[in-house]
Amino acid sequence: MYKNFFRYLISAIFLLGFSVNSNADFKVGFVYVGPTGDHGWTFQHHEGRNAVEAAGIKTTFVESVPEGADAERVIRQLAQSGHDLIFTTSFGYMDPTNKVAKDFPNVKFEHATGYKREHSNVSTYSARFYEGRTLLGHIAGKMTKTNTIGYIASFPIPEVIRGINAMTLAAQKVNPNIKTKIVWVFTWYDPGKEAEAAQALIDQGADVIMQHTDSTAPVQTAEKAGVWSFGQASDMQRFAPKSILTSIIDDWAPYYVERAIAARDGTWNQQDTWHGLKEGMVAMGPYNSAMGADLVKEVEQLQKDLASGKVHSFTGPIYDQKGNILVAEGKVADDGMLAGMSVYVKGVEGDIPK
Amino acid sequence: MSLDISFIGILIGSIMASSVPLILAASGELITERSGVLNLGVEGMMIIGAISGFALMVITDNLFIAIVGSMLSGVIISLIFGFLTQSLLTNHVATGLALTIFGIGLSAMLGKNFVGIPGKEFPILFSSLRESIPFFGPILFGHSIVLYFAFALPFLTNYFLKKTKLGLVVRAVGDSPVSASNQGINVILVRYCCILYGGAMCGLAGAYLSLIYTPQWIENMTAGRGWIALALVVFATWSPIKVLIGALIFGGITILQLHMQAIGFRIPVQFLSALPYLMTIIVLVVISRDSRKIKLNTPTSLGRIFYREK
Repeated sequence: MYKNFFRYLISAIFLLGFSVNSNADFKVGFVYVGPTGDHGWTFQHHEGRNAVEAAGIKTTFVESVPEGADAERVIRQLAQSGHDLIFTTSFGYMDPTNKVAKDFPNVKFEHATGYKREHSNVSTYSARFYEGRTLLGHIAGKMTKTNTIGYIASFPIPEVIRGINAMTLAAQKVNPNIKTKIVWVFTWYDPGKEAEAAQALIDQGADVIMQHTDSTAPVQTAEKAGVWSFGQASDMQRFAPKSILTSIIDDWAPYYVERAIAARDGTWNQQDTWHGLKEGMVAMGPYNSAMGADLVKEVEQLQKDLASGKVHSFTGPIYDQKGNILVAEGKVADDGMLAGMSVYVKGVEGDIPK
Repeated sequence: MSLDISFIGILIGSIMASSVPLILAASGELITERSGVLNLGVEGMMIIGAISGFALMVITDNLFIAIVGSMLSGVIISLIFGFLTQSLLTNHVATGLALTIFGIGLSAMLGKNFVGIPGKEFPILFSSLRESIPFFGPILFGHSIVLYFAFALPFLTNYFLKKTKLGLVVRAVGDSPVSASNQGINVILVRYCCILYGGAMCGLAGAYLSLIYTPQWIENMTAGRGWIALALVVFATWSPIKVLIGALIFGGITILQLHMQAIGFRIPVQFLSALPYLMTIIVLVVISRDSRKIKLNTPTSLGRIFYREK
């Protein structure tokens, strides 16, 4: 008897822990991997949530949920407490999301950056950040005087390699002498190390710095050294007003609003979304006037062409480092190839860490 | 890619700048440990120092207040550790770990409103000399005052421990608290002071990161440097000068490996990333293999709870 009592007590404590009221009609839950104030990845997802809220839909969120056992508990908790739609916003939530989805067929799930949709109530979505990288490459190729672009990379996953390749291809198109120097820091987020990596690249002759890490340290280092840089994930302009040429901005808001309304109105269905500049999931920060009016115009045109599909970031012929053809002339890389990209294109120096 | 002499000067200058937080935190922890107290809360105290310094800079717009405030915040948080371990006689290891976890959580909470605010330029000294003298300029000049202090600190610490009476008291308390107590030394008071001093230095180390090195506040921005400082103290066998050497090697290889990647050395990147840890341990083990000296420097009662029977 006591055993049961304790069981109830413990579940009551857990319920209190993530107190979510269950009397509202339609509710959307969000699970974040970082704090809402990280000024990067989670910050942008939170902006999306704010937009859903502004559209008159009730939302709740749980932040800093580690990928792993905790994630499943939190997702399950949200499902149990009457949430109708749940966004799980990190790659590592993939399996927990599918597991919980199986037990709650009436709840809709949306998992960011994953590929598993094991049940009909799970959708996945991601953004074509590489389109933004193409624009950065074009700008970098035109702006560099040393013909050396410095790239701070985090982990050797397709997402990061795709960015490096897209950038290099675009830069080569406008400046065949371009060299891409890459430093792997093996962290998403260590301001000290990111700053050191930026400084090392600058010392090695790079005069344009690009990052696939989350802190603002690289752009600040670039500002101090008087070289160009680009913001990552959100508009970082105020950290380096002179140095930043533009930023790639993740804009989840329109998608979140659209999906939340669809779920509320009963029109939600399973899908795999990979949106880019066209849909606005990838947006660009303001262009620095130091680029000059001509280049700004050029880049804005390219941005339009990428959005309309007239130009594709990965248009053949594309060769790998050894000179083998990856994409034939006149063809464009399909999504399957992009999703699994694991080799550098010709012109990138060094090896991908295994 | 230029490897001329002035470039090497710039490189050494940036290596020095990157080792400052390690030198400060490790020197502080060294005094704490020499008094027989093992405080594993270095990371927690550093991160509290980082947010306090940054927050005070934003609020008061005064870098002096920010620096002093960060040290004070380190003192306050280490006082919690001191009270628990010295007055309530809790286990050092567990309390220190709790302090780190507490510090990281508290700093995240305090820092909520300070994320995304750009930092302020910290004044550097002799910047004109830095440009005008090749090689030595970037090494000796153009740094913040905290860097000069950090590089003096190991020597001051060494002098303090070896040449002053107070230093002797600290060592006595760390080696044999019972004998020290019988000599009329207030062991608990000495240990309190050493803990608070360690807290102040860790606070300053954190503020160096958030105010000078990468002027901004981000959650968890110390990123494990506190743990490296802790390891340095042990591998340097509680010798302040070896702490300095270890910190420089660690900072040096960290930066060199980034340069090697940028130059395009065909060495596996994972190996390069592990190199700072590996080299620091190897060098420190090699330079301190004299077991007699280790015995002399090791605080015998490290981490043991002391209480006076009344």
